[in-house]
Amino acid sequence: MSDILQSLKEIVGEKGVSNNPEELWFYSRDPGVLDPHFPDYVVAPRTTEEVQKIVQLANRENIPIVPMGGGMALTGLVIPLKGGIVLDMKRMNKILEVNEKARYAVVEGGTSQGVLKAYLQDHHPMLRHSLPDAPPATTIAANVSLHGQGRLTQQYGFNSDMVTGLEVVLPTGEVCRIGSPSLGPYWFSKGPTLPDLSGLFLGWLGTTGIITKLGFKLYPNKKYRDVELLVTDRVELVPDILYKLTHLEMLEDINVWFQPKPLLFAGNFHCTIYFTGDTEEEIDFKRRMVWDSVQGYLDSKDAGFMNIQYMKDMLMEMPQRGIAAFADVPKGGGFEYSGPITIIEHFPRYAAKVIELAEKYDILYASSARLISGGHSMMFSISFAFNRNDKAMMTRVKHALDEATAFSLEMGGIPWKPNYMEQKMTMEKMDPVTLKLLQMVKKNLDPQGIMNPGNWEVN
Amino acid sequence: MYALKFNEKVCATCPSADCLLKCQYMTFEKEEAHEEMMKIVRGEDSRVLHECMTCYACEEYCRRGNHPYYLIGERREERGIYTAPRPITNQWINMTAMQGKYMVGDIKEKAISCCFLPQLAEMATGEIFKDVASSVVFGAEFMCPAVHTHFAKMSVVKERLPVVIENLTKLGIKELICLHDECYGTFTSIAPAYGMEVPFKLTYYMDFLLERMKELKGKIVPLNITVAYQRPCSNRLIPDKHHLVREILDLIGVSMPDRRYQDENSLCCAELFRPIGGYRIADDVQRRNLDDMVATGAEYCLFNCPACQDVLSEKVAKRGLQPVHIIDLCRTAIGEKEREV
Repeated sequence: MSDILQSLKEIVGEKGVSNNPEELWFYSRDPGVLDPHFPDYVVAPRTTEEVQKIVQLANRENIPIVPMGGGMALTGLVIPLKGGIVLDMKRMNKILEVNEKARYAVVEGGTSQGVLKAYLQDHHPMLRHSLPDAPPATTIAANVSLHGQGRLTQQYGFNSDMVTGLEVVLPTGEVCRIGSPSLGPYWFSKGPTLPDLSGLFLGWLGTTGIITKLGFKLYPNKKYRDVELLVTDRVELVPDILYKLTHLEMLEDINVWFQPKPLLFAGNFHCTIYFTGDTEEEIDFKRRMVWDSVQGYLDSKDAGFMNIQYMKDMLMEMPQRGIAAFADVPKGGGFEYSGPITIIEHFPRYAAKVIELAEKYDILYASSARLISGGHSMMFSISFAFNRNDKAMMTRVKHALDEATAFSLEMGGIPWKPNYMEQKMTMEKMDPVTLKLLQMVKKNLDPQGIMNPGNWEVN
Repeated sequence: MYALKFNEKVCATCPSADCLLKCQYMTFEKEEAHEEMMKIVRGEDSRVLHECMTCYACEEYCRRGNHPYYLIGERREERGIYTAPRPITNQWINMTAMQGKYMVGDIKEKAISCCFLPQLAEMATGEIFKDVASSVVFGAEFMCPAVHTHFAKMSVVKERLPVVIENLTKLGIKELICLHDECYGTFTSIAPAYGMEVPFKLTYYMDFLLERMKELKGKIVPLNITVAYQRPCSNRLIPDKHHLVREILDLIGVSMPDRRYQDENSLCCAELFRPIGGYRIADDVQRRNLDDMVATGAEYCLFNCPACQDVLSEKVAKRGLQPVHIIDLCRTAIGEKEREV
């Protein structure tokens, strides 16, 4: 083992590697409910070449390797289930290119959402990226590799749909470029018109390779941004309300949420509707269109718009910090969610399930759904808060989340960023030929099974 | 349960029907106005029950001491008519529920009420309020429930107001200075209309402000500015107090040019029109109001109600008027606050 430590030091330098217990402790866990597992080493490379050498070493020595971004996925995706090396990508944080006119950026695999947001504000104020409602320290590569969503997902799809090219270190240590960068210097397309190989890495949770660079689309950053909050107490109306809103084809983002606390929010389903514009007239026009689109529900008194003057600053935050506040309602600052991707017409059934689970396990819920691609689907988060110092409560939350995942699979949904147990449940339900195809991909790319083992163990 | 004391004969013999005839949002011929009001009195359906915007103004228009606005609310609730969407109505009921999250200061016999508006506690400080600032109550437990009249939930008013009165009484308060017109209006108009006794003295904050400014006259430097006044809906419950605005302004060297929408013809902030009548009427009322303010050449938009101020500040600022509350203006006049430009 000391030889491996020495080898890692030779690759990344003395300060880029550690096996000190106090540091391994931090890398053994995440903020969710899963049990910790300790890595043997933590390594923080600075270059693609260093990543290559580390992967080659791991391959040679048959050591598990777990690529890690911000480590805040909550579902244990970077907990080293079988020990080995945690590859902390955060020192690979350079913004390599922003092509203003083609509206794309190229960044290193450890670049954080917050760094890019600040950079664009300072240097390219006409552009923005699809910022998720996660802490700013989370990384862009990790987000796309788990099919994350962001502020522009309602308009443009999953953040992984916005990828325009990848540089990946394969489990063999080879470097591979995906999309237009495989043919030239431009990062404008991850696939078309080539066969789209990005699917070999996106959604695989670091089990098929390590993203060291990625290109992704940027979008117009409008001068004005505003929000309306529609509430209804009839959950069965939510799908139709969303259908009418998405029909407008002019909204930045739509989130639907409900929670029992504070009392102000009890009993209602809240639809937060964001829109942008370059003039106040455009904003006013869009606001009127939003109101007009749901006029029937206003007339029937089944839905109405809240006066949000006092909470507007909170609603307009990017990313929103309200989730962190929710986590601390039971004190002890923990929360985790099961976030299936599903169709919008199932919203009422998922909502009923959340309330049922919260009552059954005596835990606090707060659910939120984000619309994807103009309403083709939604991410429905079944979120529970817990006290990290209350093991019994954490166990109850864990059971509730397992049940939520089983429910979403029964409903034909797809678990989002599933933990290793949810991945197994998903594979059990999966069409056998599809599973066989996944096995072929995994076996060919990672024959030794060293990449983030325990996750997507199709073999 | 308390019941509204409404004298049907007063309406039946009313020579003017001003309560509806003067309404700014519904149009009636005189006979029709009288007949519609009598339908309401008799408990029959009336278009008023479906079209009233809840601006409170009929309480001022009725010079005969009846309470047409409260009766309209009662009749609406009896018929299950929601003014605003049901989820919004219930949200207000939930939001203002007593949950033990209140603030009670160092209560003396004389106390100030900040209702459910935390910004009032920030304003009621300094020389003007030095003897009462610490003797303060805030929170749903002490909040006047008049807002629920906008939603025709008179049952909530009847249920909560006696509790509020009891909560204040238990604190040993002998005199309550109401910093919000809605509170003073609730205790002096709604409570007696429903036969509720208020066992402490009530002081309207503008009476208090006027007296204090007289006492502090030596410190006043005339501001020499012009303002357009935004009269709040709840001032309609206490029209006899409306004159105090001009008296205070005279004392601190502020002029208030005449405008179309003032005094009895005032337009309210209209924000609650949005859920009740839709954005078109709310936008239209706010636009007409602001156009009228701008036309006077006023430099400031003067607020009495913090809720109006929250709603209209940005809008008036965009039209070139500086938003300011009358308490802040008084504090500016005695040199406690920088003049906002």
